[in-house]
Amino acid sequence: MAPLLEVRNLTVAFDTPAGTVHAVNDVSYSLEEGETLGIVGESGSGKSVHALSMVGLIATPPGRIVSGEVLFNGRDLLALSQRELFEVRGKEIGFVFQDPMTSLNPVLTIERQIAEPLRRHFGMSASQARTRVVELLELVGIPDAARRARQYPHEFSGGMRQRVMIAIGISCNPKLLIADEATTALDVTVQAQILDLVRDLKKKIGTTVIWITHDMGVVAGLADTVQVMYGGRIMERGPVRAVFHDPRNAYTWGLLKSLPHGGRRGVTRLYQIPGNPPDLTKEPIGDPFAPRNPFATERCRIETPPLGEVEGSVAGHKAAAWYDLRAELAATQVQP
Amino acid sequence: MKAFFLALLKSRAGLFGFLLVSVFVLAAALAPYLGLPVPTRSNLLARMVAPTWTGLFSPGAHPFGTDELGRDILSRIVHGSRITLAIAAAAVILGGIVGTLLGIVAGYYRGMVDRVLMRIVDIQLALPLMLLALLVVAALGPSTRNLVIVLALTSWLRYARIIRGQVLALREREFILSAHAIGAGTWRIMLKHLLPNVMTPALVIATLELARIIIMDAALSFLGLGVQPPNPSWGRMLADGRVYISTAWWIVTFPGIAILLTVLSVNLLGDWLRDHFDPKLRTMR
Repeated sequence: MAPLLEVRNLTVAFDTPAGTVHAVNDVSYSLEEGETLGIVGESGSGKSVHALSMVGLIATPPGRIVSGEVLFNGRDLLALSQRELFEVRGKEIGFVFQDPMTSLNPVLTIERQIAEPLRRHFGMSASQARTRVVELLELVGIPDAARRARQYPHEFSGGMRQRVMIAIGISCNPKLLIADEATTALDVTVQAQILDLVRDLKKKIGTTVIWITHDMGVVAGLADTVQVMYGGRIMERGPVRAVFHDPRNAYTWGLLKSLPHGGRRGVTRLYQIPGNPPDLTKEPIGDPFAPRNPFATERCRIETPPLGEVEGSVAGHKAAAWYDLRAELAATQVQP
Repeated sequence: MKAFFLALLKSRAGLFGFLLVSVFVLAAALAPYLGLPVPTRSNLLARMVAPTWTGLFSPGAHPFGTDELGRDILSRIVHGSRITLAIAAAAVILGGIVGTLLGIVAGYYRGMVDRVLMRIVDIQLALPLMLLALLVVAALGPSTRNLVIVLALTSWLRYARIIRGQVLALREREFILSAHAIGAGTWRIMLKHLLPNVMTPALVIATLELARIIIMDAALSFLGLGVQPPNPSWGRMLADGRVYISTAWWIVTFPGIAILLTVLSVNLLGDWLRDHFDPKLRTMR
């Protein structure tokens, strides 16, 4: 079966006064129906921009899709007109954004906001939409849904608002739900509740999910596949278990090593990846992580490593590296 | 509707404003049926009669006195309110709709559209308002319709400026991105997402503008470009009575008070409406 989403050589740039920012460079991957993909990376890694650019949500100018194809259900989204994209957004691809405090319109009731995609895409009447809104609110675990629907966003707590955002995201039963840092603004207990909710919803409605975050822990608990991005490129990708236990890219390794381990090994200082995030206005040549990578070779600086299957791991585990991280780690006897 | 009045009863200022506005509107609507003397009939035997409060309901009583041509001032105020209030309301609504929409368009599209609209605003602000009004009335000729157009023309840019600034800030907020993400088109975003967010400032400007427009109307009438005599208008009454202020104070005082009370009541009501329709303040009450 053809994958639900197939991104091919997507390259996105922004023309700014400081120069051209190469935000996403030659990103290719595919996503099967029902799969949950976790995309991890620091700020400026291109993880959000690539997702927004797929459905034409970046401002052009300054944004510019340099090249690539985004095949969704066999259709190239990048070749669609604005009008056709309006039909895709919200109906076939739902979004949940980072900050539930600002992602809801403060002067409209919750009901109107959840009903909007329903009325827009399915032409529902106000009363049909109302029934569905209450259903959706109950589905995302908001008690007393009928009454709550008539309230305004400020009457909801952060976690409740994120539930509302998810209800909006799934209102039209989209084939794909893209959550961009959806739990980042929430505190840890609420974050756990939302992740539970998403797992639960996946069981109930079986949506394919792209979960964009900078939190490795969130990905570990939610995703089937993890994809690590840095400097607008995919550094490593594969089944969660394989990537977490056997990282083959130095950036993935650095990220995992900088996670706290709950004091298993007593009081240890957390690892810190040396250096600063890359300057994206430079021409993207070589491995973007090379300047910060203790294992980098001369080749890393001049030639971009391709994303290839790694040896000695499970199928689908791919990494972009010229060096052999496993051998390097064995030599220095540092363990992730 | 019931909830609206219940909320209104709780606010003294809002209630006062609402009642006063209602009195003015009712008086204006029912003016011909109140049994007042004909406002345009002069009586040279009763010129500049001081206000008399005895025998209030006898014919020939002038509770607010008479003007220099012997016309009853109370009747002229009540009949004048019909024209003044209708013109002011029409101008505020026209200017408000045009200004708010252009402000949203300028703030949302930015770029060339914004630059052109805002330069028009700048140019118009650089011209003295009165000169502009004189030019337009001189070109179109004085009539009630033209007066409304002129007043709206002096008014739209205040909405456009402020609303544009608000929209510039609002369009970067995440809820606009999420509106895009559910497939909302440009018009839907402007009318369903941005417009409700700028209604509060628009309403505040409208209450201030109503007051300014009543006074501007008075000024235009004063210059002879507004309502044409012998039809009564508050501005014209002020203008005509000005000469007699030392001998017959009531000719200017009563229309002046009428303007003052109208402006005050509209401001009170507007303030209350703004609070009432702000969802954040509503639940705190």
